[in-house]
Amino acid sequence: MLHAAFLMPLFPLAGFVVLLAFGRRIGEPFAGWIGTAAIAGSFVSACVTLAGLAGRSSAARSLTCSVSCGTAAQPHAFFTWISVGGLHVKAAILLDPLSMTMCMFVTGVSMLIHLYSVGYMKGDRDFTKFFVYLNAFVFSMLVLVLANNLLVTFVGWEGVGVCSYWLVAFWFHRDSAASAGKKAFIYNRIGDVGFLLAMFLIFSKTGTLTYVSVFAHRHLLSGGGTATAAVLLLFLAATGKSAQIPLFNWLPDAMEGPTPVSALIHAATMVTAGVYLLCRVNPLLALSPDAMWVIAAIGGATAFVAATIACAQQDIKKALAFSTVSQIGYMVLAVGTGAYVAAIFLMVCHACYKGLLFLGAGSVIHGLEDEQDMQRMGGLRRVMPWTFVTFLTAWLALAAIPPFSGFWAKGDILTNVYGKSLPLYALGLLTAFFTAYYMSRVFFLTFTGRERWRETAPDGRPPHHSPHEAPWAMRAPLVILAFFAVFAGAVNLPWVHVGTLDTWLGPVFGSRLFAAHQSAGAQVGLALGDAVVAIAAVLVAWRLWRRSATRPALEPAFLRRVWYWDNVYDAAIGRPGQALARAYAVVVDARVIDGAVNGAARLVRSTATGVRRVQTGYVRNYVLGIALGMAAILAFMLSRTWWS
Amino acid sequence: MSTHAFPYLTVLILLPAGGALGVALLGARRHVARAVVEWVGIAVSLATLGLAVVVAALFATTTGGFQFVSDHRWASGLGVHWQLGVNGISLFLVLLAAILFPIALVGARTRTDAPSFVAWMLLLECACIGSFVSIDLILFFFFFELTLVPSYFIISGWGYARRAYAAVKFFVYTFLGSAFLLVGILVVAFIHKDQTGVLTFSLPALEHTHFSSAGEILLFLAFTAAFAVKAPIFPFHTWSPDAYAEAPTGGSMILSAVLAKLGTYGILQFDLRLFPQASVDLAPLMLTLAVVGIIYGAIVACAQRDLKRLVAYSSLAQMGFIALGTFAFTTQGLTGGVLLMLNHGLITAALFLLIGWIYERRQTWQVSELRGLQAPAPVLAGVFTVVMLASIGLPGLNGFVSEFLVLSGTFLTHRWWAVVATAGVVLAALYLLWAYQQVFHGKVDLANSRTRDLSWAERVVIAPLILVIVFLGVYPKPVLDRITPTVNSLVAQVDSATRTTEPPVARLGVNGTLPRRVRT
Repeated sequence: MLHAAFLMPLFPLAGFVVLLAFGRRIGEPFAGWIGTAAIAGSFVSACVTLAGLAGRSSAARSLTCSVSCGTAAQPHAFFTWISVGGLHVKAAILLDPLSMTMCMFVTGVSMLIHLYSVGYMKGDRDFTKFFVYLNAFVFSMLVLVLANNLLVTFVGWEGVGVCSYWLVAFWFHRDSAASAGKKAFIYNRIGDVGFLLAMFLIFSKTGTLTYVSVFAHRHLLSGGGTATAAVLLLFLAATGKSAQIPLFNWLPDAMEGPTPVSALIHAATMVTAGVYLLCRVNPLLALSPDAMWVIAAIGGATAFVAATIACAQQDIKKALAFSTVSQIGYMVLAVGTGAYVAAIFLMVCHACYKGLLFLGAGSVIHGLEDEQDMQRMGGLRRVMPWTFVTFLTAWLALAAIPPFSGFWAKGDILTNVYGKSLPLYALGLLTAFFTAYYMSRVFFLTFTGRERWRETAPDGRPPHHSPHEAPWAMRAPLVILAFFAVFAGAVNLPWVHVGTLDTWLGPVFGSRLFAAHQSAGAQVGLALGDAVVAIAAVLVAWRLWRRSATRPALEPAFLRRVWYWDNVYDAAIGRPGQALARAYAVVVDARVIDGAVNGAARLVRSTATGVRRVQTGYVRNYVLGIALGMAAILAFMLSRTWWS
Repeated sequence: MSTHAFPYLTVLILLPAGGALGVALLGARRHVARAVVEWVGIAVSLATLGLAVVVAALFATTTGGFQFVSDHRWASGLGVHWQLGVNGISLFLVLLAAILFPIALVGARTRTDAPSFVAWMLLLECACIGSFVSIDLILFFFFFELTLVPSYFIISGWGYARRAYAAVKFFVYTFLGSAFLLVGILVVAFIHKDQTGVLTFSLPALEHTHFSSAGEILLFLAFTAAFAVKAPIFPFHTWSPDAYAEAPTGGSMILSAVLAKLGTYGILQFDLRLFPQASVDLAPLMLTLAVVGIIYGAIVACAQRDLKRLVAYSSLAQMGFIALGTFAFTTQGLTGGVLLMLNHGLITAALFLLIGWIYERRQTWQVSELRGLQAPAPVLAGVFTVVMLASIGLPGLNGFVSEFLVLSGTFLTHRWWAVVATAGVVLAALYLLWAYQQVFHGKVDLANSRTRDLSWAERVVIAPLILVIVFLGVYPKPVLDRITPTVNSLVAQVDSATRTTEPPVARLGVNGTLPRRVRT
């Protein structure tokens, strides 16, 4: 049954190839159905593989064993990709509970969002191309997750990056979309430098890039700060992909892409790849407590900063984007704490409820003819009952209201952070307040209060007339995801100790897992604290935003303009960089280097008084001279060959 | 050295030479239609390609030495031989030339005086292949210089506005470099004659010449002067943007993809073998020039507003990567450098071809005048995207494999050079994505909205390049298997000549990390 693991990436690859070759002839909507079916195939393979893996004893699921099985009974390698000297890289699969968990939610959520897209992208000029990109994305994501070595992970890593570029810039006739796509790619590239350097460093010390061998030889990395450097370089890559400080500001711009893309790539799957990477290399993280502190601090800071920004956004998708940044900040904080299971737990729950929030937002945007400004929404609960109810569950899940999934996942993280550092715990709790507050604000502005879409906007845009509920292809994914947004927390309830995510992922993270060492009483106390904070924040938001749509005092420019982050980058790097490039091109290259060459030529010409003729004629004769001379030499030599 | 009964390499050189002659004679006759002449030329280049493919298929992966050797003595007094052979370093350059010439002839036809153009191109093909397979230094020099003649006439005859200036600059600059090379070759041969009493120009024989350390450095610099100009390596590059920009499309393709490789090929095949000690001693200098070229080329490319010049400067950066891998002196670095010569050739030729097609449609390379082309020409945009991503180094396409090998190999011996060079990866994305956005994205205006998409003929021409770019990204093994034996012997040669060794992980991987067992 483990052979089905091969099929997981092959289904979307086949879908990609078929749609690329025949997509235009197949046309709408069948191209969409083919794309969806490919991912469904992938999901079924994942389920079969999961059954196979779960059927084994917990020790036989662990990382080393799955590879030794790979070499003996089941060759889990497609082919040798690169083999030069001591560097051997195979296109091979590493199947363990961690990659399996990732595959399950990646294929599951992708399948639902493909289905949703069939409805959402209806009538788009490039309907089939959308599914080409989407299938390519799922393929790359599965390569990223299933790779058995760093370099093949990097293939998927870059693959999802380029798919993200294509999909953000999908409506390329809009300049903002084109720029956002480019920005996303370049920010990720900066992170990729970290990934590349980490691989060079790890290869130079251990002579391999295969996860299992690297971990087996990890003692070679200890000492001299090597492990810290390697981990921090990988973390740089993670900050790019997972939109953390200092590389987070591409994600809000990426909302220029179609909403299903925002849900799939920029909320549920791709942006969590950085967290996955860090969890994957957890044995290396264990070598460097310093790096772990950096990771935890950056995660906590990102969670807080992004949550404050989300409180002041007017665009529903931008608010959700900053929420994503903040939530991934929590996951990174968990990784830095050593609470890997908690990070994965939040990742799975977040994929469900944040995917749902985006799909709900998409349904609203779809119903209001591409309106994204929350000032122009309000009171939609009567017009869009399905969207309203499902969005409501996702809101409560994200706000971490018990017993919705977010409460358990975030509680797990905060309990662990409490054991590591009180200041970080305080920051996390404060962020939790802001989280519940901004999400409630979004919910109230969108679904309750006055029906502002009936009015003419202050800037003169006409009212919307007939907001409508989405078609069934869009509603079905909403309902399924809502179910998981409510109940996903059940996979890892704190008082259950059999068959949970903890025990399932245990073999991957092994003894390094930082169990929460608090007493039962302390755990209950912490959980109560979380719940109280969340409920208080919801009540505050209810008082503030239930009826009014604008409160300038609570939306300062500092927050609306993202702490002026883009402006600082532009002033510090962007503009000086452009000036430098121009200076190099116009002054250094044209005047200095080329000037020296031309100057030398002029000097020669002025001294050689005999050569007064036009330069071109002169050289032309010269060339002919060489040609004739060469021909003569050639003829001479050929004659010698034949007659000697 | 293995030999075959059939003189493959001699035929590989003479076939295009004969073709050039035939086309020139045919073209001189009035009653022969131009198209017939062109197709004769294309047929000859395709036959050359067929033969090159046979050579690559018969190439043995078990030896690092020269294969398909043919050796005929000429003027015995002069010591010059018609000595040809290929090894893992030259094989794929021959193949590259053989692939690109037919594509350039079909894809980038000229409107004026086609017979002469085709004849010059075939002569250029003869000279390029001749340079790559000559292992007699005088014969190499002969072909190396011969490339100048057709390139000069192609630039000055079929180029664009500033073609005269560009052609002269190209010619004088590279010709000056070669003067050093000729002197260097003669000195090496005469030193060898002093030591052995035999006057020969054969590379395998000259490898065993001993030089004084100062003399070796001077000779290395003399050889490298010619090769650094040809490649070009920073700061000897200023002829290249002018030449690439002013040459006709076919000329730009061949100049940047094949001719430029003569420089890096010369360094790999001749400098490293003849002067291993000087190469290792001067490696920090060469690595620094390489890294500066990578960063500098990329930064200047960011400021270009003309597509052809942008690609020219990106080429400078890529040549820097080749030099970087070469002077890292590790198995990965050298293999990556050789592979990158092939990959860069394929990518840059495809870029110049596509840019030439854009020019055919819009009569401009100015980024400011192009906009939103993806809407009227989606296939062109898609093909351009693939080539652009290969150039950026996206894994799964060919550029990445070579770039990764070069950088990881460099990191083993010269860590900080590799770190700086890796930053060039970001810059490449910066200028190429910027250019793509300006040209293909945005709302299309009236002038650009009538841009024709690729015709079926054009798709057939570009398809082989795209297929190879994808194939070599996914499965580079057939190429790597043919390069590695030669690189291994080269590394061994350098190691034994300089009494140094590359880091054990480069050769042994994870086993190289084990503590050495002392033999008792």
